[in-house]
Amino acid sequence: MGSWIPTTESERKEMLAVIGAASIDELFSSIPEPYRMRGWEIPAGLSEMSVRNLMAGLAGRNTADAISFLGGGYYDHYIPAGVDALSGRSEFYTAYTPYQPETSQGTLQSIYEYQSLICRLTNMEFANASLYDGGTALFEAATMAVRIAKRNRVVIHPSVNPTYVQMLKTHAANLEFDFVTGDDPSGAACVLVQNPAFDGTVRDFTALGDRCHAAKALLVVSFYPVSLGMIKSPGEMGADIAVGEGQCLGMNLGFGGPYLGIMATRAEHVRKMPGRIAGQTEDHDGRRGFVLTLQAREQHIRRTKAMSNICSNQALCALRAAIYLCLLGKEGLRDLAVACHSKAEYLKAKLDFAQILNEGPTFNEFAVRLPMDAHLVTSKLLDRGFLAGLPLHDVGAGETNDLLIAVTEQRTRAELDAFAGALKDAACN
Amino acid sequence: MQLIFEKSRAGRRAINFDALDVPEAKLAPELCRANAAALPEVGELDVVRHFTHLSQRNVGIDDTFYPLGSCTMKYNPKIAEVVAAMPGMAKLHPHQSSSAAYAGTVQGAYALIHELEAMLAEIAGMKAASIQPIAGAHGELTGALLMAAYHRDKGNTHKDTVIVPDSAHGTNPASAVMAGFKVVEVPSDSDGTLHVDKFQAVMNDRVAGVMLTCPNTHGLFESNVARIAELAHEVDALLYYDGANLNAIVGQCRPGDLGFDVMHYNLHKTFATPHGMGGPGCGPVGVGERLLPYLPGPRVVHHDGIYSLETPEKSIGRIAAFFGNFLIAVRAYAYMRFYGDEGLRDVSRVAVLNANYIHARLKHAFKPAFGKPFMHECVFTAQPQAEKGVRAMDFAKALLDRGYHAPTVYFPLTVKECLMIEPTETESKETLDAFCDTMLELARLAEECPEILQQAPITTPVGRLDEVKAAKDLNCACL
Repeated sequence: MGSWIPTTESERKEMLAVIGAASIDELFSSIPEPYRMRGWEIPAGLSEMSVRNLMAGLAGRNTADAISFLGGGYYDHYIPAGVDALSGRSEFYTAYTPYQPETSQGTLQSIYEYQSLICRLTNMEFANASLYDGGTALFEAATMAVRIAKRNRVVIHPSVNPTYVQMLKTHAANLEFDFVTGDDPSGAACVLVQNPAFDGTVRDFTALGDRCHAAKALLVVSFYPVSLGMIKSPGEMGADIAVGEGQCLGMNLGFGGPYLGIMATRAEHVRKMPGRIAGQTEDHDGRRGFVLTLQAREQHIRRTKAMSNICSNQALCALRAAIYLCLLGKEGLRDLAVACHSKAEYLKAKLDFAQILNEGPTFNEFAVRLPMDAHLVTSKLLDRGFLAGLPLHDVGAGETNDLLIAVTEQRTRAELDAFAGALKDAACN
Repeated sequence: MQLIFEKSRAGRRAINFDALDVPEAKLAPELCRANAAALPEVGELDVVRHFTHLSQRNVGIDDTFYPLGSCTMKYNPKIAEVVAAMPGMAKLHPHQSSSAAYAGTVQGAYALIHELEAMLAEIAGMKAASIQPIAGAHGELTGALLMAAYHRDKGNTHKDTVIVPDSAHGTNPASAVMAGFKVVEVPSDSDGTLHVDKFQAVMNDRVAGVMLTCPNTHGLFESNVARIAELAHEVDALLYYDGANLNAIVGQCRPGDLGFDVMHYNLHKTFATPHGMGGPGCGPVGVGERLLPYLPGPRVVHHDGIYSLETPEKSIGRIAAFFGNFLIAVRAYAYMRFYGDEGLRDVSRVAVLNANYIHARLKHAFKPAFGKPFMHECVFTAQPQAEKGVRAMDFAKALLDRGYHAPTVYFPLTVKECLMIEPTETESKETLDAFCDTMLELARLAEECPEILQQAPITTPVGRLDEVKAAKDLNCACL
């Protein structure tokens, strides 16, 4: 059995003597006797070495080394070594919420810088310190828009990730939201759009933003941060709230989390935005410092009237995103976006045996209709070492032959050539 | 300290990508941004020094004792980081769970989820658990949505109210409201716990659920909880267990046995995953028999040696896109397997021993907020000192000067000038003794030289910060 408890038997006795208790059990006397536990089915403890072996065994039953074309909102981008090295510093890792700002300037300044980076990326004016992930951020954006517009209709554009739509409906099950599919802002609190769309299509939502504003509705844009190295930003399209999944900014894919929910807005709406926000101030000597600010929006003060129930942020993930964006820099992010887009276009051009389903241009992901069932094709490709993409029917977003294919900077031309050949073999034979 | 943007030099860069090995493709100009995002232009060493210096302006558990009550700042074992970084965990794409075609590629992950959920249920006396909720507050919301789904399914349309004690975390009422409920607060008694008569006064047929924390946020076990459960169940209201303080009772008693129907766990507190400056956490929900059909889906199930996914028929749906903060769950699972049966029981025993030891050593210098025996944390009020000009916050700041993190002073709202101390089980007796010696010294200084406390901290990178200015001259980004 392992333990990280340092207290020896003799120390326990000394401490009990100071307390004036005969035994540790006595300290639990406020638990009524009938409810004291008798037994449970928990396995015996293991040494660290055995835990490591056990976990390696579980990890070994997963496939994590295939050449991946899976995307659908989560992407296999390269994570620079500096991200792990710096975010792994335990002064960050093992701290909590910056309740004592004097000894939390590392946390607070890094959040402030993260907020600044997100504003620069999106061309928005205020960003919060992060939410859980892209799907919950979209839900929070919808509730924020409902609060601002004082209307209950939430219009969901067909571009939005179908999993996000499910999450929206689960979260809002008991709120009187009127969810409508389409792009008509009249009478609505907001129109939720995603760019690039779930199927990878890139659009310009500027005109829709104008229509939203004419109808006194908000435009909420869910964005893919890496794509903003190239494509028009939410701010440039007139978005009132920009949200996104920050996984691509230095987070491991990790089978779904932890990820990063990004949210940014315009100055006029900042007091209706949920989540922590760091702000700059100074101490009595005029030294620059940072604190959590506008806390009167939050649950620990407002309780039932809070902007959200969220009481933390994904601070460590926000730190990773900040480090990632600094390491890439202005030129690097553009190069990254160009690489993703160019490689995807190269692959797309090779798939002449499949029908491209996108309505317009795409960024780094596109949907194809194969000559046969996507399950059969992906199973065959798996045998050849490829995760061939996402069968769209499985996420309720297409027919059984449809496949969503994503390409990142990590895929080489040789891999793209081999994949195109393997896909053709599998789909056409 | 400079901002990273102030270190930017046009043309400097850190990361390079391979030269493009395919023809460069371009999108139509009207789809493209006008100017590249103004990210800093810095070298790798600039970035490394910047964030290293920032880290040095922070304090974590690995630096010092961090007795932040209610937050359970225990040691985060290093092995948990190693296993979460294994490529077979860290590099799994979540959509490998979206298609049955890929189910064979994630059998290890499914096995882990299945076993972890079973262990969580067993520890708390629940029928099942789901690791989907992403953090504690998200778990609360999920639990409240489960309660709503239950009543909707049973046609209990009149049930629109949730009862929350005034000592509860602010997330409880906020979560209940997000799940569509009205909230009624029930006051705690002067002894810091809930009394049956006050509870009965607000109990009626409109009550859908009751959200309790036990031990509560005063560090006290709610001894009347079983009776409260009976009263709730008499009107078909569900009893919700806020798992914030589960670490105090693991292996000693189980929420399910006490009558709770639904709960959330805070894996970062109870099972020692790193707090990461405020997140990521992981907030699984557990349910008893009544709420089993409504659990979030899809769920990992096990048939004939093969793991696959199923969604319960009456499921509330997806609360997370996939399996919540999976890599946090991996860490917690490793922690639980390491400690195992005997070890997990010892965790709560020593956590409670340590809190009572601090209470015993400080109770003559600081006034305990309540007279009942404390569990895993002890709560004092600095009201007597505050009347002479030294507030709880001043003690907190003076502790920073002496190399400690401060106890919780902002919470609970029910205790004035609160000093809420949670030592956890991973601190040694000499650490506790040194901390107690410091606290006793501060109590003496508060009498003799109060200005030392009032002017603290003086050794930190910045002094007390002007929060009013931060809110008034709002500067939340360097644009």
